[in-house]
Amino acid sequence: MKRVWATGAVAVLLLSVGTYIGFFHAPVEQYMGITQKIMYVHVPTAWTTLLTFTAAFVASVGWLWKRTWTWDYLLESTIEVGIVLGCLLSVQGALWAKPTWGVYWDWDPRLTSVAVMVLTYAGIAALRSFVDDPVKRATWSSVASAVGYVNVVFVYLCVKWLRTLHQPQSSPSTVDSAMVLPLRINAFGMIFLAIFLIALRYRMARAQRARELEA
Amino acid sequence: MEIASQCLLVLRKELRHLWRARTRATATATFALACLFLFSFAGGLDGQALRDNAAGYLWVGLLLASTLALGESFRVETEHGALEALLLFPVHPVAIFLGKALGNMLTLLAVGLALVPFAVALFDAAPREGVPTLAACVLSGSAAIAAPGTMHSALASRARARDVLLPLLLFPLVLPCVVAATQATRLAITGDPMDQLGSWLSVTVAFAIVHWSLGALLFPFVVED
Repeated sequence: MKRVWATGAVAVLLLSVGTYIGFFHAPVEQYMGITQKIMYVHVPTAWTTLLTFTAAFVASVGWLWKRTWTWDYLLESTIEVGIVLGCLLSVQGALWAKPTWGVYWDWDPRLTSVAVMVLTYAGIAALRSFVDDPVKRATWSSVASAVGYVNVVFVYLCVKWLRTLHQPQSSPSTVDSAMVLPLRINAFGMIFLAIFLIALRYRMARAQRARELEA
Repeated sequence: MEIASQCLLVLRKELRHLWRARTRATATATFALACLFLFSFAGGLDGQALRDNAAGYLWVGLLLASTLALGESFRVETEHGALEALLLFPVHPVAIFLGKALGNMLTLLAVGLALVPFAVALFDAAPREGVPTLAACVLSGSAAIAAPGTMHSALASRARARDVLLPLLLFPLVLPCVVAATQATRLAITGDPMDQLGSWLSVTVAFAIVHWSLGALLFPFVVED
Protein backbone atom coordinates (compact mmCIF):
# COMPACT_ATOMS: atom_id res chain seq x y z
CA MET A 1 0.00 0.00 0.00
CA LYS A 2 2.96 2.31 0.65
CA ARG A 3 4.01 1.97 -3.00
CA VAL A 4 0.51 2.97 -4.12
CA TRP A 5 0.54 6.14 -2.03
CA ALA A 6 4.12 6.84 -3.18
CA THR A 7 2.84 6.68 -6.80
CA GLY A 8 0.13 9.19 -5.88
CA ALA A 9 2.70 11.48 -4.28
CA VAL A 10 4.94 11.30 -7.39
CA ALA A 11 1.89 12.14 -9.54
CA VAL A 12 1.07 15.22 -7.45
CA LEU A 13 4.72 16.32 -7.51
CA LEU A 14 5.12 15.89 -11.28
CA LEU A 15 1.79 17.58 -12.06
CA SER A 16 2.67 20.51 -9.76
CA VAL A 17 6.13 21.00 -11.31
CA GLY A 18 4.87 20.54 -14.89
CA THR A 19 1.95 22.90 -14.42
CA TYR A 20 4.19 25.51 -12.72
CA ILE A 21 6.71 25.41 -15.61
CA GLY A 22 3.88 25.46 -18.17
CA PHE A 23 2.16 28.44 -16.59
CA PHE A 24 5.12 30.55 -15.48
CA HIS A 25 8.13 29.62 -17.66
CA ALA A 26 6.82 28.40 -21.02
CA PRO A 27 6.13 31.21 -23.53
CA VAL A 28 2.60 32.48 -24.12
CA GLU A 29 1.29 31.13 -27.44
CA GLN A 30 1.06 33.80 -30.14
CA TYR A 31 -2.57 33.33 -31.29
CA MET A 32 -4.43 31.68 -28.42
CA GLY A 33 -2.68 33.58 -25.63
CA ILE A 34 -3.22 32.41 -22.07
CA THR A 35 -5.98 29.99 -23.19
CA GLN A 36 -3.32 27.67 -24.61
CA LYS A 37 -2.04 26.94 -21.06
CA ILE A 38 -4.85 24.39 -20.60
CA MET A 39 -2.96 22.23 -23.13
CA TYR A 40 -0.46 21.29 -20.41
CA VAL A 41 -3.26 19.41 -18.65
CA HIS A 42 -5.57 18.59 -21.58
CA VAL A 43 -3.04 16.84 -23.86
CA PRO A 44 -1.59 14.62 -21.07
CA THR A 45 -5.17 13.77 -20.01
CA ALA A 46 -5.97 12.73 -23.60
CA TRP A 47 -2.87 10.53 -23.85
CA THR A 48 -3.55 8.94 -20.46
CA THR A 49 -7.23 8.30 -21.27
CA LEU A 50 -6.30 6.42 -24.45
CA LEU A 51 -3.55 4.52 -22.58
CA THR A 52 -5.98 3.56 -19.81
CA PHE A 53 -8.52 2.19 -22.30
CA THR A 54 -5.65 0.38 -24.06
CA ALA A 55 -4.81 -1.21 -20.69
CA ALA A 56 -8.50 -2.22 -20.45
CA PHE A 57 -8.21 -3.88 -23.86
CA VAL A 58 -5.05 -5.74 -22.75
CA ALA A 59 -6.84 -6.81 -19.55
CA SER A 60 -9.84 -8.08 -21.53
CA VAL A 61 -7.61 -10.14 -23.85
CA GLY A 62 -5.69 -11.35 -20.77
CA TRP A 63 -8.89 -12.57 -19.10
CA LEU A 64 -10.21 -14.28 -22.25
CA TRP A 65 -6.85 -15.99 -22.76
CA LYS A 66 -5.63 -16.82 -19.22
CA ARG A 67 -8.77 -16.65 -17.01
CA THR A 68 -6.87 -15.34 -14.01
CA TRP A 69 -8.69 -12.92 -11.73
CA THR A 70 -5.92 -10.31 -11.80
CA TRP A 71 -6.96 -9.47 -15.39
CA ASP A 72 -10.55 -8.94 -14.27
CA TYR A 73 -9.49 -6.64 -11.41
CA LEU A 74 -7.41 -4.68 -13.92
CA LEU A 75 -10.30 -4.56 -16.40
CA GLU A 76 -12.73 -3.24 -13.79
CA SER A 77 -10.32 -0.60 -12.53
CA THR A 78 -9.09 0.62 -15.94
CA ILE A 79 -12.64 0.95 -17.31
CA GLU A 80 -13.77 3.09 -14.37
CA VAL A 81 -10.61 5.25 -14.25
CA GLY A 82 -10.79 5.62 -18.05
CA ILE A 83 -14.38 6.89 -17.82
CA VAL A 84 -13.35 9.48 -15.18
CA LEU A 85 -10.39 10.61 -17.31
CA GLY A 86 -12.56 10.71 -20.44
CA CYS A 87 -15.13 12.96 -18.70
CA LEU A 88 -12.30 15.18 -17.45
CA LEU A 89 -10.92 15.33 -21.01
CA SER A 90 -14.27 16.45 -22.44
CA VAL A 91 -14.73 19.16 -19.78
CA GLN A 92 -11.18 20.48 -20.35
CA GLY A 93 -11.79 20.47 -24.12
CA ALA A 94 -15.07 22.39 -23.69
CA LEU A 95 -13.34 25.02 -21.48
CA TRP A 96 -10.67 25.48 -24.17
CA ALA A 97 -13.16 25.46 -27.06
CA LYS A 98 -15.36 28.31 -25.77
CA PRO A 99 -12.72 31.08 -26.04
CA THR A 100 -11.05 29.48 -29.08
CA TRP A 101 -13.93 28.25 -31.26
CA GLY A 102 -16.69 30.36 -29.67
CA VAL A 103 -18.70 27.32 -28.50
CA TYR A 104 -18.32 24.78 -25.73
CA TRP A 105 -19.22 21.90 -28.03
CA ASP A 106 -18.99 21.26 -31.74
CA TRP A 107 -20.12 18.13 -33.59
CA ASP A 108 -16.56 17.63 -34.73
CA PRO A 109 -15.39 14.02 -35.37
CA ARG A 110 -12.79 14.12 -32.55
CA LEU A 111 -15.14 15.56 -29.91
CA THR A 112 -17.99 13.29 -30.92
CA SER A 113 -15.83 10.17 -31.03
CA VAL A 114 -14.44 10.90 -27.54
CA ALA A 115 -18.00 11.26 -26.20
CA VAL A 116 -18.98 8.02 -27.94
CA MET A 117 -15.90 6.27 -26.50
CA VAL A 118 -16.78 7.34 -22.94
CA LEU A 119 -20.43 6.26 -23.45
CA THR A 120 -19.27 2.89 -24.81
CA TYR A 121 -17.24 2.19 -21.66
CA ALA A 122 -20.05 3.56 -19.44
CA GLY A 123 -22.26 0.91 -21.06
CA ILE A 124 -19.67 -1.77 -20.25
CA ALA A 125 -19.50 -0.55 -16.64
CA ALA A 126 -23.32 -0.84 -16.53
CA LEU A 127 -23.10 -4.36 -17.97
CA ARG A 128 -20.72 -5.33 -15.15
CA SER A 129 -23.16 -4.06 -12.54
CA PHE A 130 -26.07 -6.04 -14.04
CA VAL A 131 -24.38 -9.48 -14.09
CA ASP A 132 -24.29 -11.40 -10.79
CA ASP A 133 -22.04 -14.34 -11.74
CA PRO A 134 -18.41 -13.13 -11.42
CA VAL A 135 -17.07 -15.41 -14.19
CA LYS A 136 -19.78 -14.43 -16.68
CA ARG A 137 -19.37 -10.78 -15.69
CA ALA A 138 -15.62 -10.93 -16.39
CA THR A 139 -16.06 -12.79 -19.70
CA TRP A 140 -18.91 -10.69 -21.05
CA SER A 141 -17.35 -7.36 -20.09
CA SER A 142 -14.03 -8.54 -21.61
CA VAL A 143 -15.82 -9.29 -24.89
CA ALA A 144 -17.64 -5.92 -24.83
CA SER A 145 -14.38 -4.14 -23.97
CA ALA A 146 -12.49 -5.84 -26.82
CA VAL A 147 -15.25 -4.83 -29.27
CA GLY A 148 -15.44 -1.32 -27.82
CA TYR A 149 -11.71 -0.77 -28.33
CA VAL A 150 -12.53 -0.13 -32.01
CA ASN A 151 -13.82 3.27 -30.84
CA VAL A 152 -10.52 4.06 -29.07
CA VAL A 153 -8.59 3.39 -32.29
CA PHE A 154 -11.09 5.58 -34.14
CA VAL A 155 -10.61 8.44 -31.63
CA TYR A 156 -6.85 8.33 -32.25
CA LEU A 157 -7.05 8.14 -36.05
CA CYS A 158 -10.09 10.34 -36.83
CA VAL A 159 -8.03 13.55 -36.90
CA LYS A 160 -5.90 11.99 -39.65
CA TRP A 161 -8.74 10.40 -41.62
CA LEU A 162 -11.46 13.07 -41.45
CA ARG A 163 -11.76 16.83 -41.87
CA THR A 164 -11.92 18.10 -38.31
CA LEU A 165 -11.66 21.34 -36.34
CA HIS A 166 -9.44 19.57 -33.83
CA GLN A 167 -5.75 19.73 -34.63
CA PRO A 168 -3.92 16.47 -35.44
CA GLN A 169 -1.47 14.85 -33.00
CA SER A 170 1.52 17.07 -32.11
CA SER A 171 5.10 15.88 -31.76
CA PRO A 172 8.22 17.52 -30.24
CA SER A 173 9.16 18.63 -33.77
CA THR A 174 5.95 20.66 -34.14
CA VAL A 175 5.93 22.18 -30.63
CA ASP A 176 8.28 24.83 -29.19
CA SER A 177 10.95 23.12 -27.06
CA ALA A 178 10.04 25.34 -24.08
CA MET A 179 6.50 23.90 -24.28
CA VAL A 180 7.63 20.30 -24.71
CA LEU A 181 9.20 20.04 -21.22
CA PRO A 182 6.06 20.87 -19.16
CA LEU A 183 3.98 18.72 -21.52
CA ARG A 184 6.29 15.75 -20.92
CA ILE A 185 6.42 16.25 -17.14
CA ASN A 186 2.63 16.51 -16.94
CA ALA A 187 2.25 13.47 -19.23
CA PHE A 188 4.26 11.39 -16.74
CA GLY A 189 2.31 13.03 -13.90
CA MET A 190 -1.01 12.01 -15.43
CA ILE A 191 0.26 8.48 -16.08
CA PHE A 192 1.34 8.18 -12.44
CA LEU A 193 -2.04 9.59 -11.35
CA ALA A 194 -3.85 7.00 -13.51
CA ILE A 195 -1.67 4.21 -12.10
CA PHE A 196 -2.42 5.45 -8.56
CA LEU A 197 -6.19 5.50 -9.17
CA ILE A 198 -6.13 2.13 -10.97
CA ALA A 199 -4.12 0.59 -8.11
CA LEU A 200 -6.64 1.86 -5.52
CA ARG A 201 -9.60 0.60 -7.58
CA TYR A 202 -7.79 -2.71 -8.24
CA ARG A 203 -7.53 -3.35 -4.51
CA MET A 204 -11.24 -2.61 -4.08
CA ALA A 205 -12.11 -4.96 -6.97
CA ARG A 206 -9.94 -7.71 -5.45
CA ALA A 207 -11.63 -7.34 -2.04
CA GLN A 208 -15.12 -7.34 -3.61
CA ARG A 209 -14.38 -10.44 -5.69
CA ALA A 210 -12.94 -12.32 -2.71
CA ARG A 211 -16.17 -11.60 -0.81
CA GLU A 212 -18.30 -12.68 -3.80
CA LEU A 213 -16.39 -15.92 -4.32
CA GLU A 214 -16.59 -16.76 -0.59
CA ALA A 215 -20.39 -16.29 -0.54
CA MET B 1 -17.70 -26.06 -44.65
CA GLU B 2 -19.52 -27.59 -41.71
CA ILE B 3 -19.82 -24.14 -40.12
CA ALA B 4 -21.34 -22.79 -43.35
CA SER B 5 -24.00 -25.50 -43.47
CA GLN B 6 -24.73 -25.09 -39.74
CA CYS B 7 -24.97 -21.34 -40.27
CA LEU B 8 -27.57 -21.85 -43.01
CA LEU B 9 -29.55 -24.16 -40.72
CA VAL B 10 -29.53 -21.55 -37.93
CA LEU B 11 -30.54 -18.88 -40.46
CA ARG B 12 -33.42 -21.10 -41.66
CA LYS B 13 -34.52 -21.58 -38.04
CA GLU B 14 -34.39 -17.81 -37.48
CA LEU B 15 -36.44 -17.06 -40.58
CA ARG B 16 -38.98 -19.75 -39.65
CA HIS B 17 -39.29 -18.26 -36.16
CA LEU B 18 -39.63 -14.80 -37.70
CA TRP B 19 -42.44 -16.05 -39.95
CA ARG B 20 -44.28 -17.77 -37.11
CA ALA B 21 -43.95 -14.66 -34.93
CA ARG B 22 -44.73 -12.30 -37.82
CA THR B 23 -47.12 -10.27 -35.66
CA ARG B 24 -44.10 -9.17 -33.65
CA ALA B 25 -42.13 -8.29 -36.80
CA THR B 26 -45.10 -6.24 -38.01
CA ALA B 27 -45.22 -4.50 -34.62
CA THR B 28 -41.50 -3.67 -34.95
CA ALA B 29 -42.05 -2.13 -38.39
CA THR B 30 -45.07 -0.21 -37.08
CA PHE B 31 -42.95 1.09 -34.19
CA ALA B 32 -40.33 2.33 -36.69
CA LEU B 33 -43.09 4.01 -38.70
CA ALA B 34 -44.46 5.68 -35.55
CA CYS B 35 -40.92 6.99 -34.92
CA LEU B 36 -40.90 8.57 -38.41
CA PHE B 37 -44.15 10.39 -37.59
CA LEU B 38 -42.85 11.57 -34.21
CA PHE B 39 -39.56 12.86 -35.67
CA SER B 40 -41.49 14.84 -38.28
CA PHE B 41 -43.25 16.78 -35.54
CA ALA B 42 -40.12 17.10 -33.38
CA GLY B 43 -38.14 18.62 -36.27
CA GLY B 44 -40.88 21.02 -37.42
CA LEU B 45 -43.14 20.59 -40.44
CA ASP B 46 -41.12 22.69 -42.89
CA GLY B 47 -41.06 20.73 -46.18
CA GLN B 48 -37.42 21.43 -47.08
CA ALA B 49 -36.20 20.62 -43.53
CA LEU B 50 -38.17 17.35 -43.57
CA ARG B 51 -36.62 16.37 -46.90
CA ASP B 52 -33.11 17.30 -45.68
CA ASN B 53 -33.53 15.32 -42.46
CA ALA B 54 -35.37 12.34 -43.99
CA ALA B 55 -32.25 10.12 -43.96
CA GLY B 56 -31.63 10.87 -40.27
CA TYR B 57 -35.24 10.12 -39.35
CA LEU B 58 -35.10 6.86 -41.31
CA TRP B 59 -31.92 5.65 -39.58
CA VAL B 60 -32.84 6.73 -36.04
CA GLY B 61 -36.24 5.06 -36.52
CA LEU B 62 -34.57 1.90 -37.76
CA LEU B 63 -31.99 1.96 -34.94
CA LEU B 64 -34.70 2.31 -32.27
CA ALA B 65 -36.72 -0.48 -33.89
CA SER B 66 -33.59 -2.64 -34.11
CA THR B 67 -33.44 -2.92 -30.31
CA LEU B 68 -36.85 -4.65 -30.39
CA ALA B 69 -35.83 -7.08 -33.15
CA LEU B 70 -32.35 -7.78 -31.72
CA GLY B 71 -33.64 -8.19 -28.16
CA GLU B 72 -36.23 -10.70 -29.38
CA SER B 73 -33.64 -12.80 -31.23
CA PHE B 74 -31.98 -13.97 -27.98
CA ARG B 75 -34.95 -13.62 -25.62
CA VAL B 76 -36.60 -16.70 -27.15
CA GLU B 77 -33.35 -18.67 -26.85
CA THR B 78 -32.71 -17.87 -23.19
CA GLU B 79 -36.29 -18.19 -21.94
CA HIS B 80 -36.58 -21.85 -22.98
CA GLY B 81 -32.91 -22.83 -22.65
CA ALA B 82 -32.85 -23.31 -26.41
CA LEU B 83 -29.38 -21.86 -26.77
CA GLU B 84 -27.87 -24.56 -24.54
CA ALA B 85 -29.72 -27.22 -26.56
CA LEU B 86 -28.42 -25.72 -29.78
CA LEU B 87 -24.84 -25.84 -28.44
CA LEU B 88 -25.29 -29.43 -27.30
CA PHE B 89 -26.36 -30.66 -30.76
CA PRO B 90 -23.47 -29.61 -31.31
CA VAL B 91 -23.76 -26.44 -33.39
CA HIS B 92 -20.55 -24.40 -33.56
CA PRO B 93 -20.92 -21.02 -31.74
CA VAL B 94 -19.58 -19.19 -34.82
CA ALA B 95 -22.36 -20.75 -36.92
CA ILE B 96 -24.92 -19.62 -34.32
CA PHE B 97 -23.53 -16.08 -34.43
CA LEU B 98 -23.41 -15.89 -38.23
CA GLY B 99 -26.87 -17.45 -38.64
CA LYS B 100 -28.46 -15.16 -36.07
CA ALA B 101 -26.64 -12.06 -37.35
CA LEU B 102 -27.75 -12.86 -40.91
CA GLY B 103 -31.33 -13.33 -39.67
CA ASN B 104 -31.18 -9.98 -37.84
CA MET B 105 -29.64 -8.30 -40.88
CA LEU B 106 -32.50 -9.54 -43.08
CA THR B 107 -35.06 -8.37 -40.50
CA LEU B 108 -33.51 -4.88 -40.35
CA LEU B 109 -33.25 -4.78 -44.12
CA ALA B 110 -36.92 -5.70 -44.48
CA VAL B 111 -38.01 -3.08 -41.90
CA GLY B 112 -35.70 -0.46 -43.51
CA LEU B 113 -37.01 -1.14 -47.01
CA ALA B 114 -40.58 -1.11 -45.71
CA LEU B 115 -39.94 2.37 -44.26
CA VAL B 116 -38.58 3.80 -47.53
CA PRO B 117 -41.96 4.28 -49.31
CA PHE B 118 -43.34 5.98 -46.18
CA ALA B 119 -40.27 8.25 -45.99
CA VAL B 120 -40.73 9.10 -49.68
CA ALA B 121 -44.41 9.95 -49.12
CA LEU B 122 -44.05 11.76 -45.77
CA PHE B 123 -40.88 13.76 -46.49
CA ASP B 124 -41.02 14.02 -50.29
CA ALA B 125 -37.74 12.07 -50.22
CA ALA B 126 -37.75 10.33 -53.61
CA PRO B 127 -34.14 9.12 -54.11
CA ARG B 128 -32.46 11.16 -56.87
CA GLU B 129 -29.68 8.56 -57.13
CA GLY B 130 -32.20 5.79 -57.74
CA VAL B 131 -33.85 3.12 -55.61
CA PRO B 132 -30.98 0.55 -55.97
CA THR B 133 -28.51 3.06 -54.45
CA LEU B 134 -30.87 3.75 -51.56
CA ALA B 135 -31.37 -0.01 -51.09
CA ALA B 136 -27.56 -0.45 -51.00
CA CYS B 137 -27.38 2.16 -48.21
CA VAL B 138 -30.06 0.34 -46.19
CA LEU B 139 -28.35 -3.03 -46.81
CA SER B 140 -24.88 -1.88 -45.72
CA GLY B 141 -26.26 -0.05 -42.66
CA SER B 142 -28.36 -3.07 -41.66
CA ALA B 143 -25.30 -5.33 -41.98
CA ALA B 144 -23.25 -2.92 -39.85
CA ILE B 145 -25.87 -2.80 -37.07
CA ALA B 146 -26.75 -6.52 -37.16
CA ALA B 147 -23.33 -7.93 -36.14
CA PRO B 148 -22.65 -5.84 -33.00
CA GLY B 149 -26.39 -5.95 -32.29
CA THR B 150 -26.43 -9.75 -32.27
CA MET B 151 -23.32 -9.89 -30.07
CA HIS B 152 -24.66 -7.40 -27.53
CA SER B 153 -28.13 -8.91 -27.60
CA ALA B 154 -26.52 -12.20 -26.52
CA LEU B 155 -24.73 -10.37 -23.69
CA ALA B 156 -27.73 -8.35 -22.53
CA SER B 157 -30.30 -11.17 -22.77
CA ARG B 158 -28.81 -13.03 -19.81
CA ALA B 159 -28.15 -10.01 -17.60
CA ARG B 160 -30.49 -8.11 -15.32
CA ALA B 161 -32.18 -5.02 -16.83
CA ARG B 162 -31.62 -6.40 -20.34
CA ASP B 163 -34.06 -3.93 -21.92
CA VAL B 164 -31.91 -1.01 -20.74
CA LEU B 165 -28.59 -2.74 -21.36
CA LEU B 166 -28.97 -3.48 -25.07
CA PRO B 167 -29.43 0.14 -26.22
CA LEU B 168 -26.86 1.30 -23.65
CA LEU B 169 -24.23 -1.04 -25.12
CA LEU B 170 -25.29 -0.85 -28.75
CA PHE B 171 -26.06 2.80 -29.49
CA PRO B 172 -22.62 4.30 -28.71
CA LEU B 173 -20.91 1.45 -30.53
CA VAL B 174 -22.88 1.74 -33.78
CA LEU B 175 -23.01 5.55 -33.82
CA PRO B 176 -20.12 5.90 -36.35
CA CYS B 177 -21.86 3.51 -38.76
CA VAL B 178 -25.25 5.20 -38.29
CA VAL B 179 -23.61 8.57 -39.09
CA ALA B 180 -22.02 7.11 -42.23
CA ALA B 181 -25.22 5.32 -43.32
CA THR B 182 -27.24 8.51 -42.72
CA GLN B 183 -24.83 10.58 -44.85
CA ALA B 184 -24.91 7.97 -47.64
CA THR B 185 -28.73 7.82 -47.54
CA ARG B 186 -28.99 11.64 -47.48
CA LEU B 187 -26.84 11.82 -50.61
CA ALA B 188 -28.92 9.06 -52.25
CA ILE B 189 -32.06 11.14 -51.57
CA THR B 190 -30.86 14.69 -52.29
CA GLY B 191 -28.34 13.85 -55.03
CA ASP B 192 -24.58 13.37 -55.03
CA PRO B 193 -22.96 16.06 -57.22
CA MET B 194 -19.56 15.77 -55.44
CA ASP B 195 -19.41 11.97 -55.70
CA GLN B 196 -19.18 11.42 -51.92
CA LEU B 197 -21.73 8.63 -51.54
CA GLY B 198 -19.21 5.88 -52.28
CA SER B 199 -16.89 7.05 -49.47
CA TRP B 200 -19.67 7.00 -46.87
CA LEU B 201 -20.82 3.58 -48.06
CA SER B 202 -17.21 2.34 -47.77
CA VAL B 203 -17.10 3.52 -44.12
CA THR B 204 -20.31 1.57 -43.40
CA VAL B 205 -19.00 -1.54 -45.17
CA ALA B 206 -15.63 -1.30 -43.34
CA PHE B 207 -17.48 -0.99 -40.01
CA ALA B 208 -19.58 -4.04 -40.92
CA ILE B 209 -16.49 -6.11 -41.85
CA VAL B 210 -14.72 -5.21 -38.57
CA HIS B 211 -17.75 -6.09 -36.43
CA TRP B 212 -18.69 -9.29 -38.29
CA SER B 213 -15.08 -10.46 -37.85
CA LEU B 214 -14.94 -9.46 -34.17
CA GLY B 215 -18.31 -11.11 -33.60
CA ALA B 216 -17.21 -14.41 -35.14
CA LEU B 217 -14.00 -14.27 -33.07
CA LEU B 218 -15.55 -13.37 -29.71
CA PHE B 219 -19.06 -14.88 -29.76
CA PRO B 220 -17.87 -18.33 -28.58
CA PHE B 221 -16.78 -16.68 -25.29
CA VAL B 222 -20.26 -15.19 -24.81
CA VAL B 223 -22.15 -18.50 -25.06
CA GLU B 224 -19.69 -20.69 -23.19
CA ASP B 225 -20.71 -21.95 -19.74
